[in-house]
This record gives sequence, C-alpha cells and structure tokens, in this order.
Amino acid sequence: MAIIPLERKPLSLAERTYLPAILSGLKTTFKRLLKPAETLEYPEQRPAIPPGYRGVPTLVRDPNGREKCVSCQLCEFVCPPKAIRITPGEIPADAPTAQVEKAPKAFDIDMLRCIYCGLCQEVCPEEAIFLQNQYSMSGYTRAEMVNHKDRLYELGGTLPDQHFKWDKKKAAAEHGNAH
Amino acid sequence: MATEFSFPDPAAKAATAEFETEKMSLSMGPSHPSTHGVLRLQLELDGEIVTKCDPVIGYLHRGDEKIAENMTYNQFVPYTDRLDYIAPLANNMAYAIAVERLAKLEVPARCQAIRLITAEMARLSSHLLGLGAFGIDTGAWTVFMYTFTEREKLYKLFEELTGARFTTSYSRIGGLQRDVPEGWTGRVDAFCDQFLPILEEILALLTRNKIFMDRTVGVGVITKEDAIAYGITGPNARGSGLGLDLRKDKPYSGYEQYEFDVPVGTTGDSYDRYLVRGEEMRQSVRIIKQAIAKFPGGPWFATEARKIFAPPKDKVLTSMEELIQNFMIVTEGPQMPAGEVYFEAENPKGVLGFYVVSKGGGVPWRLKIRSPSFCNLSILPKLCVGSLISDVVAILGSLDFVMGECDR
Repeated sequence: MAIIPLERKPLSLAERTYLPAILSGLKTTFKRLLKPAETLEYPEQRPAIPPGYRGVPTLVRDPNGREKCVSCQLCEFVCPPKAIRITPGEIPADAPTAQVEKAPKAFDIDMLRCIYCGLCQEVCPEEAIFLQNQYSMSGYTRAEMVNHKDRLYELGGTLPDQHFKWDKKKAAAEHGNAH
Repeated sequence: MATEFSFPDPAAKAATAEFETEKMSLSMGPSHPSTHGVLRLQLELDGEIVTKCDPVIGYLHRGDEKIAENMTYNQFVPYTDRLDYIAPLANNMAYAIAVERLAKLEVPARCQAIRLITAEMARLSSHLLGLGAFGIDTGAWTVFMYTFTEREKLYKLFEELTGARFTTSYSRIGGLQRDVPEGWTGRVDAFCDQFLPILEEILALLTRNKIFMDRTVGVGVITKEDAIAYGITGPNARGSGLGLDLRKDKPYSGYEQYEFDVPVGTTGDSYDRYLVRGEEMRQSVRIIKQAIAKFPGGPWFATEARKIFAPPKDKVLTSMEELIQNFMIVTEGPQMPAGEVYFEAENPKGVLGFYVVSKGGGVPWRLKIRSPSFCNLSILPKLCVGSLISDVVAILGSLDFVMGECDR
C-alpha cells in the first residue's frame, strides 16, 4: 500500500572496511569508461535541433516574397519581458500588396530582453513571427544585440503558407464579393 | 640567600590571551558553491562548531508576485518556470491547475496525462540534480556526472516536447502550449526502461558507502514534530517519517488512477532524505510507465472554454470569429470569474501553492506563491546549531532547495 518505511540495515563488518564500496565504485567507473562519450565537442559538433524548437525569434515571408507581418502589435503586447518594439507603417495604395494596408515600418527585437518563451509566435494571427533553429547570438555592444527588421527577415527566410489569406482577399475584392 | 624573583613576562601573558576562544562570525555565501545558488548563512562559530546560524535570503528576489498582478494569466507562465527552475514543468502544471480551479474548468484526460507525465519527469530531473549535488557536497563527484548524463536525456525529451530545454513554459490556462509530438511517449517509455538500471547503479555508489554514510547518518536530524512545526514538506518531511504526499492525500490531474508508494524515512537525518529521494525516483518511473500505458486520446485542451483557451491557429487564420477571440484572449487575458482559490501541488521540492485572488477579468488581483524551498529553509537556524561547519554543507545538500523559488 501507500506508505513504505525505508529500512536501513547496519553495515556489515566487510562494508565497514570501506573496501566493498570502493571496489564496486571502481567497477562502475571502468564499465562507464568503455561506453561512448555522452558529451559533444561543442563548436565543431552541434546538437541535433528537434522540430518546433524555440530559438531566436525571426520574421518570415510567404512563398511569394510578401512580408507576412501586418503590424497588429499583438506580439508586442503579449511579450512578457517587453522585448519587441513595432512601428506600424502604411503600405502605399499603388503597391501590389496594397490590400494588406499595413506593414511594420520598424520591427525591433531586443535579444538582451527576449526570454525565448514563444508567446509571440503563439499569438500571431498571421503566422509571421517564428522562433527558429538558431540558438546562439553574440555581439560586442548592446546595440548589436537588437535585431532590426532587415536582420529578422534575413534570419527568418521563407516558410510555406497554408492559406494565402491576403491573396484570396485580393482575388475576392477583384471579383467584387469582398465581405 | 637570594630570594627567588621572576620578572613578569608580558609576551607570555599576551600569548595566553590569544588562546582565549572568541566566537567568530563567518559569512557563508551568497556565492558559495554549496549554498546552491545565492543563499547566505551568517554563521557564528565556536572553533568548528556552529553556535548560531542566520540565513539571509532575498538575493534572487524579482517580485514575481507583484509582476503577476500586471499581466494576464498566460503571460505569467514563463515566470513560473523561474520559480523552481530545476523542475519548471511541475511549476507550470501547478500554476495552470490553480487558475483552472478558479474558473472551475476541467481539462480533458489527455491534457491531464501529459501534465502528469511531464511533472513526474520534472521530479526525476530535480531529484537527479538533488542527489548529484548532495554527492558533491559530501565528497562524491562521480555521482553528479552520472546523474547529469541522465538529466541530459530528460532535457532532450523536454526540448522535443516544449521547444526549450530549461524554461519550458508548457502549460496554458485550459490546456497546453502544444500536443505531444509523434512517438514522444514511446521515447519517454524507452528512457524509463534504460533509466532504472542506471538509477540502481548511481544509488549503489552512495547507499552502502561508508564514507557517504559517515557524512550523513545522524547529521541534521529533523524530528517529526519539528517538520510539522516548521511547515516542512516534500521529501524533507517524508524523510522525517511524515507520510504526507498531496498526490495521495488530495489527488489532482489524475494521480488517483495510478499506483505508487510513498516512501518515508525513519530518523529524519540527511541520509534518510537521500533514501527518500532515491526511492521516489523509482516510484516516479512507475507512475510514468503506467500513464504511458493508458495514454488517453482526444483533445489536449479544454475545447469548450472559448473565453479562456485561444482557438487553434488554423481557425485564427481563416475565420473572423476566431480571430477576434484570439485578440480578446491575448489582450484582455483568459476570462476568469471573481473569487479566490488556493491550490497546492506536490512538487519535487515540496508543496508549491498558488493563492489566486481574482476580481474577474484576465489579470489576477493578487497572486501569492507558497514556495516549498522557503518553508524548508526556515528550519536552518535550528538545524545547524551544534553541528560542525562541514556538516552544514551536508545539511544544505540534503535539504535540496532552489533559491529561485525561495526568493521568487
């Protein structure tokens, strides 16, 4: 049943000589000696990163090269350490993606504040921000550790899109049946 | 006849005065390797005997409780990682259940099982570190290396599940961050199978080792009465012979479905606390294996709680209704009724309690954290007095505390 008292037998005469513990300890050590090493020679060997890893947050483009972020600022709002700063900007009316209306003018993530919690990715309604594989960042100054928009897109690259929501919206508007 | 006459010798007099013992005050920590973080002990020593011990805490104070009042319930989840950072998954679970009790929300069986498995894995991780560090404190380095090898395997599994090795932030109010990946439970099962013989191997290095026993048997004895009086919980209380385990006494997250034993010590010394941790790991493996054997299917978040758990991403991208809901839950927070709730969970270090007071809405009005390490350390002034200074190190190692949680 539930509660089991842990018994402690007194040490035998042999055990009181320290020898059995030392010998069995040595046996364990030598057994381990023959096993392959569990460690990695880090900078040369890199650990495998599983899918869904929460690394450095990045911004991504859709397969047509359009920036996905519409600067709704939800990630800026949710970020617990307030690492994200977004300055929204208008998309000019004559641009090919004018139907999206807004894009970030500036998008800064302060990597000295970021805690890699992944809430920004979780709340993003456009699947524009992703925590990807990169896990090590370095810089000589504080300013270097702030990722600006260009750097974020460079880190993020392009990810597949399931919906092409804004393209559909544009097509619908051209057919004159927008909601 | 000459009378005997001796000159007074001032040097000799000074020498005897020098040998008159005087109490020495010694500041141990906050950056001492065996104070496991930033605990500082203000010791008063008579030779090598401790005559007074004053723990000084607060070096890691971040004001988590106040921070919680200024953010939504889900935003606080990453902060719970940083309480007992050796077992973040267990903290995530305790916090989520506390808030769910406030909302009177039941999460589906699959969510409960995932949380339970991760909490038990966190217990393994925490006890492995506890044993390893205790080994170092008492002069056995190898144990630490072996336990860390096993912890690395656990971290790999955490990383796969949550995306992070250390700061997992896995629970959400009403669910989880995401479902378990394909084949993950099988890998946990495989880990458990290979872990048991290694655990025996690690414990065999210490259990009957006279060097280790000389350092721990009879050192830092906490009596049953003291354990109750000082509010000590977890393995430290069970080491003193108290059969207190909330997983048995007030089951949560489906612990009542699984068979496991609660090990208790007989004398309450450091060695007993070590034995309890060792046996608890065997029991944790037992629980994990049972939970995986009957791992339930179905949804992994509370589907009916539409104002609490954010809708699935697919819907957010395609449907206006869900998009609005997503914005509402993120900006306003998960909607809670007014009221207050206290929930405590059996964490690896002891009883972790969350007292949440809500005035409605998505932000707690007050959130109090009852942290086990804080309460367990309260006995130090009594426990250390009369022991040798080298025993203080063994006592600290056996209490297995985390300052992130104590200072919070």
